[in-house]
Amino acid sequence: MRSFVPNYQLTTPGSLADVLSLLANEPGVWKPFAGGTDLMVLLEAGKLTHRNYINLWPLAELRGIEPTDTHVTLGALTTYTDVLENQILRREFPMLCQAASETGGLAIQNRGTLGGNIVNASPAADSPPALLAYDAEVELVSTQGSRRLPYQDFHTGYKQMLMRPDELLTRIRLPRNTTGATHYYRKVGTRKAQAISKVCFAAIGRSNDGHIEDVRMAVGSVAPIVVRCVQTEAAIKGQKPDDTTVKSAQASLLREISPIDDIRSTANYRLRVASNLLADFLATLRS
Amino acid sequence: MTKSEVSFKVNGTPRRLEVFPMARLLDVLREQLQLTGTKEGCGEGECGACTVIVDGRILNSCLVPVAQVHGSEIKTIEAVAGDAQLHAVQQSFIEHGGAQCGICTPGMVLAAVDLLERNPQPTESDIRTALAGNLCRCTGYMKIFESVIRAVDNSRR
Repeated sequence: MRSFVPNYQLTTPGSLADVLSLLANEPGVWKPFAGGTDLMVLLEAGKLTHRNYINLWPLAELRGIEPTDTHVTLGALTTYTDVLENQILRREFPMLCQAASETGGLAIQNRGTLGGNIVNASPAADSPPALLAYDAEVELVSTQGSRRLPYQDFHTGYKQMLMRPDELLTRIRLPRNTTGATHYYRKVGTRKAQAISKVCFAAIGRSNDGHIEDVRMAVGSVAPIVVRCVQTEAAIKGQKPDDTTVKSAQASLLREISPIDDIRSTANYRLRVASNLLADFLATLRS
Repeated sequence: MTKSEVSFKVNGTPRRLEVFPMARLLDVLREQLQLTGTKEGCGEGECGACTVIVDGRILNSCLVPVAQVHGSEIKTIEAVAGDAQLHAVQQSFIEHGGAQCGICTPGMVLAAVDLLERNPQPTESDIRTALAGNLCRCTGYMKIFESVIRAVDNSRR
């Protein structure tokens, strides 16, 4: 049954500084509310347990996609549509654009944000595999100051993350090191549009003189968090993309992920598909 | 919790309302402003029946708390037709059987109108992408798709 709307508070501060003071002064009382595409679903289902939210939507300080020579920095309120409309991202970070185009339909893409996708911490989220493969960093800000950490360290368990109640995720930073690389992103769902993934696979790599270098990969919907597969990367790095490498990489991947049976798929199906996508990625590197 | 004041424009008319900030835009449109052309389907952002255009972008009004449209311009299905005639997309839905039970129709029409405003000459693939967030329980997808194609063809003549 739908939640009783008068029980909820959604306050709209005038600036980022006001948001941070609110988070600092009453720790744990307030939670940020971005595009609402996840939280409003919980509201409708009567499952939105937290009551007090801070409306981030009007804050220009959390928007914008800004390139420097070495990085592209995305405000936490960057929507999927913002991603798709950015030429630098289209050119250098195509997997993030593909993730954006395969998240919900257009109405969701106009509203859902990258910051929200990260902090909502669904293991089935579509942008995290791409962000992990691109070695993203996240910026966390509080009244105490700001800090940056590698996104791959951010999620520590199901819906658990290295963020204090007084901190806000403000930016995502991508290193611009993708020129000449092979980008491979596949979301496998029940249908092409408006589906939540059964398996979501993102990988980037380069081959040099027949050997694979610089490989980074991450898989969603196969563990309590989206997994950056460092052991599988190690099994691939420096190898030729031949059958022996495919077999050892697949063996490593199956040790690194731990899918479950749930409403969308089965553990066996997910293991098989993740393994096949890895082989397909390596075949792409070969060609 | 207390109500707060929210102001926005709907279909060109300025409105100022006392509302619970977490109230869904969908409910405010239907129950306080009597704009019942916007339908509720799933209530969870899957079906697109509650599609409206806010500040030039389509969104699902079931997923937007009303506090987030303060200062915005909202267009609902009620403002798609002109005074004297229907929008080309609406006319095409009538002529080509694009509407069956009618629940998905306002959302489908708004998604198509939004597409044509962004891209007056869409390809078939553009049309499929633009309609991907709208579900039809009568499963009349081909008629809907053809209605949009014909609306585009008519605008070329």
